[in-house]
Amino acid sequence: MAEPVLRIEGLVKRFGGLLATNELSLDVGPGEIHALIGPNGAGKSTAIAQIAGELPSDSGRILFEGRDLAGLSGAARARLGLGRTFQVPRLLEDDTALDNVALAIQARQGHSFRFWADARRDAGLRGPAMAALERAALADRAETRVADLSHGEHKQLELAVALALGPRMLLLDEPMAGLGATESRQMTAILQGLKGQVAMLLVEHDMDAVFALADRVTVLVYGRAIATGLPEEIRADPEVRAAYLTEGDA
Amino acid sequence: MARAAVEPGLRPLAWEMRGRVALALAFVLLAALPFVLPLLGAQAVVGLATRMLIYAIAAASLNLILGYAGLVSFGHAAYYGVGAYVVGILYAHWASDEPLLGLVPGTDQFLLAVPAAVIVSGLAALVLGALSLRTSGVQFIMITLAFAQMLFFLFVSLDHYGGDDGLIMRRPNALLGLNLRDDATMYLVALGALALYLLLLSRIVRSRFGRVLSGIRQDERRVIALGIEPYPYKLAAFVIAGMGAGLAGALMANMTRFVSPDMLHWTKSGEFMIMVILGGVGSLFGPVLGAACLIGLEYVLAGLTEDWQFYLGPLLVLVVLFARGGLSGLLGRRAGVGGSDG
Ligand SMILES: Nc1ncnc2c1ncn2[C@@H]1O[C@H](COP(=O)(O)OP(=O)(O)OP(=O)(O)O)[C@@H](O)[C@H]1O
Ligand SMILES: [Mg+2]
Repeated sequence: MAEPVLRIEGLVKRFGGLLATNELSLDVGPGEIHALIGPNGAGKSTAIAQIAGELPSDSGRILFEGRDLAGLSGAARARLGLGRTFQVPRLLEDDTALDNVALAIQARQGHSFRFWADARRDAGLRGPAMAALERAALADRAETRVADLSHGEHKQLELAVALALGPRMLLLDEPMAGLGATESRQMTAILQGLKGQVAMLLVEHDMDAVFALADRVTVLVYGRAIATGLPEEIRADPEVRAAYLTEGDA
Repeated sequence: MARAAVEPGLRPLAWEMRGRVALALAFVLLAALPFVLPLLGAQAVVGLATRMLIYAIAAASLNLILGYAGLVSFGHAAYYGVGAYVVGILYAHWASDEPLLGLVPGTDQFLLAVPAAVIVSGLAALVLGALSLRTSGVQFIMITLAFAQMLFFLFVSLDHYGGDDGLIMRRPNALLGLNLRDDATMYLVALGALALYLLLLSRIVRSRFGRVLSGIRQDERRVIALGIEPYPYKLAAFVIAGMGAGLAGALMANMTRFVSPDMLHWTKSGEFMIMVILGGVGSLFGPVLGAACLIGLEYVLAGLTEDWQFYLGPLLVLVVLFARGGLSGLLGRRAGVGGSDG
């Protein structure tokens, strides 16, 4: 197998007495979608925050394209090509959808110590930002304030912003959360379209989406990976079914 | 909400033109003020108006970090005071003909002293900002306050420069044969400085740098996830703001021909914050309105009653309660971009 894009070894995170991440190891190959599933509070978001560099780890190693990320800030990891979306959208709510993507383009183009020219009239920012919105089917909402967008559009914009950075790997924290059935299918289709181009670690509760998209699945319970395997294997695993897939996912 | 809906993105060109014409008109009217007021027998008001302009520079500089970047600095008077002291100390050394520390000759030249004041207050902001910006939230408020008070006590202890009593300048700085003692001249110099600083700020808040600051205010974690380290941007904004405050202090030293530790006191920092909040956080002209109103109100109330401070408090509370977005929000058209609604 080719060198994995992301490799995690023995990752640990403690919140006081709580072991939120317990010796977690997994890898994500080039172009692979690796789903991370598990019940509420299993530690999925915590693991993503550790990989993204938002939370320091108590022990373990994170290798991105063979490089140990220890000591690198969240921003530095993003610049290496590790993109992420948030479970609860974190967007610049006072600004327009276009502004949000334009800031990502701006970040990608290098430092922002430019004090004079109007960024909102900068064709070098607005053009690529508009193109990114078009790809996310949000072009008609470009000039709408984010605060006035629907929840589904927030989720779409989160992804568009992450993609505008040109990431080599995406950490997706529940991209379907709170979406209706149609919106979920749309989001699944968008991710399907990206499959093979960007490696993804996909945290998701929507099992239809997981089984439609994932190449491999890891099941997390109380911070510990209880199983990793192909979607069919996970679906059939009795331990997994007992711990997690009991809600009628036959 | 309705008023904010048109705010982001590009504003139509026609609006932009109209805004520019209105600005130019306002500038001409303001420039004519010191010549009109004496005709109305209100000569004394010119000095008051000059104070408003100078405080407007200080408030606008604080607004860059407070309003646009969301950094609640409670020690902004430190940089204002440092700017004033640079002018005062350089003047004292020029008057006594003893170089500062035996090295730096003093000066009474405006074009040397004021830029020096701006640079030194910028350096002070660089050092104190580099330390304070390691913290955030309430801790940041407290540490900026603590550093400003440290500087306050430093100047109190400098007996050589008047200590508690401050430093008197016999004359204002010399500026190209202009007489800064003349009320109208000082007024016009302050107006010019305010116009230039506002022009600079209006470019900065619209620039790529300004977009990053606005992002940091709205959601710092989002900005980090984009691959942007917030710290250097915050520090640069802190320094630009400190330089603006230093400019205001240097002008005030010239106007009153007096500098004292009171200029660095925490109550002065509080006044600057009130001006910003009163006028409208995160709007370009809000702090100008806020400075004019606070100084004007103090003046009017002080003329009416000895207990003016007692009445000022409730008035401020009323504005904050009933005018979201401050006075500039109340006027219905906010001149700045990317204003915060919270
Ligand atoms: N900053 C924190 N301090 C203390 N405990 C935390 C913190 N963040 C998360 N936890 C706890 O760690 C555990 C894992 O939380 P996490 O958010 O990672 O779960 P999750 O798998 O993402 O859940 P969900 O599916 O609900 O999003 C939970 O018990 C949570 O309460
Ligand atoms: Mg979660």
